[in-house]
Amino acid sequence: MRKLGNQTILLENPPYILETSSIVGPKEAQGPLAKYFDQCLEDEFWGEKTWEKAESKIIKENVNAVIAKSGIPSTEIDYCFAGDLLNQCISSSFGLREINIPFFGIFGACSTFVEGMCLGSIFVDSGAAKNVLCATSSHFCSAEKQFRFPLELGNQRPQSSQWTVTGSGAAILSNTNLGKNCPQITYVTPGKIVDMGVKDGNNMGAAMAPAALDTLITHFKDTGRKPSYYDAIITGDLGYIGKEILQEMAETKGYNIKSNYDDCGVLMFDKDAQDTHAGGSGCACIGTVFSGYFYRQLKERKINRILLMATGALMNSTSSQQGESIPGIAHAVAIENITNK
Amino acid sequence: MDFLQSIDWMLLLRCFIVGGLICIVGQILIDKTKLTSARILVIFVTTGVILGAVGIYKYVIDFAGCGATVPLLGFGANLAKGAITEAQTSGLLGAFIGGVKASAGGIAAAIFFGYIASLLAKPKIKKQ
Repeated sequence: MRKLGNQTILLENPPYILETSSIVGPKEAQGPLAKYFDQCLEDEFWGEKTWEKAESKIIKENVNAVIAKSGIPSTEIDYCFAGDLLNQCISSSFGLREINIPFFGIFGACSTFVEGMCLGSIFVDSGAAKNVLCATSSHFCSAEKQFRFPLELGNQRPQSSQWTVTGSGAAILSNTNLGKNCPQITYVTPGKIVDMGVKDGNNMGAAMAPAALDTLITHFKDTGRKPSYYDAIITGDLGYIGKEILQEMAETKGYNIKSNYDDCGVLMFDKDAQDTHAGGSGCACIGTVFSGYFYRQLKERKINRILLMATGALMNSTSSQQGESIPGIAHAVAIENITNK
Repeated sequence: MDFLQSIDWMLLLRCFIVGGLICIVGQILIDKTKLTSARILVIFVTTGVILGAVGIYKYVIDFAGCGATVPLLGFGANLAKGAITEAQTSGLLGAFIGGVKASAGGIAAAIFFGYIASLLAKPKIKKQ
């Protein structure tokens, strides 16, 4: 493991992504990617009394599912990195309080999933851990309540607003592939906080796009790679507005990503049929789309090199009410099929 | 038939149009500005207080009935009216008492029915 350029880490023993799992809510289950998810829920409560409890249950069940799928006993998972959007990350800490794995609660807003993968892969590469669990969750109803208005108020969502994905994504990173064909994390590019002064909590794509651009360009400069090296460059939840902004800004900086770039917030929902306005968002957006869709594409070798970049808006409801701008962040990992099998 | 004949259809039409126009202003504010719904609410109530205090809003109420009293502007105008009336009868302190007194029925009903609704209904996800 060594540092390259300004902020990228080259993983010399690239960790395998041994297994992933995803659970999504009913709205996501009506979207174009539904068939790729491991489990689709029929209602947002999932038998619980509150949305917060439902979210905890979603991450708990998803973590249990990924451990079961991996074939590794939970006692052999050394550390867990997890986080979510709710205050003090209660979905993760309440949902995972019984799993008995050393736990790092992390907050990177919607960038949490890849932040966990960054940290987890460094742990595995360094030898500090053999197996690491990365998990995240978000829930439309609990996120609306915390960041905007409680749903009981019944207010309208502006056209620029995004739809927080209900669900959970989880992955197990390992120093062994157990003889299976698994993609590996080769580079980690943690992002810097970038704040261009966007204040509208209902237009987070625009707030996060500059951070995504910063990480994207830094990754290319540090690694010497070009955008065309990757089969897919995937951002977390810039949505329709942020995706367009990032594409344009990248082009003005001399990086053409038009042909291989897409955004999980755009992929998650059907724009015309589901009317989510500016697309999907939330920790679970990239969490589920990667765990469900892209991981399968990598396993089936339909794509072999992907730059996975999760974007986060680092505000809370108090900062929004006090008129603060929204600092953005983006963390990237390069995931590649290296072994010829 | 007497019931139908007793209805002032023109008043209903005026009520419908004025109430609708007020809602159109709200919808434009939601769509074209970055104001949150809470701020729009405050703007409407405050505007109602001002229009009520300078005496314009009572003409709107005469013209459109519930089309003017039911929207938030009507609530604001009612606050102003109550404050002025109470100030006239019991002095400066009345300006603070009157508004709430005049709208006490609405406020208490909102809390009462909101509570009942919360007991009977379960929140649901939005459709869009």
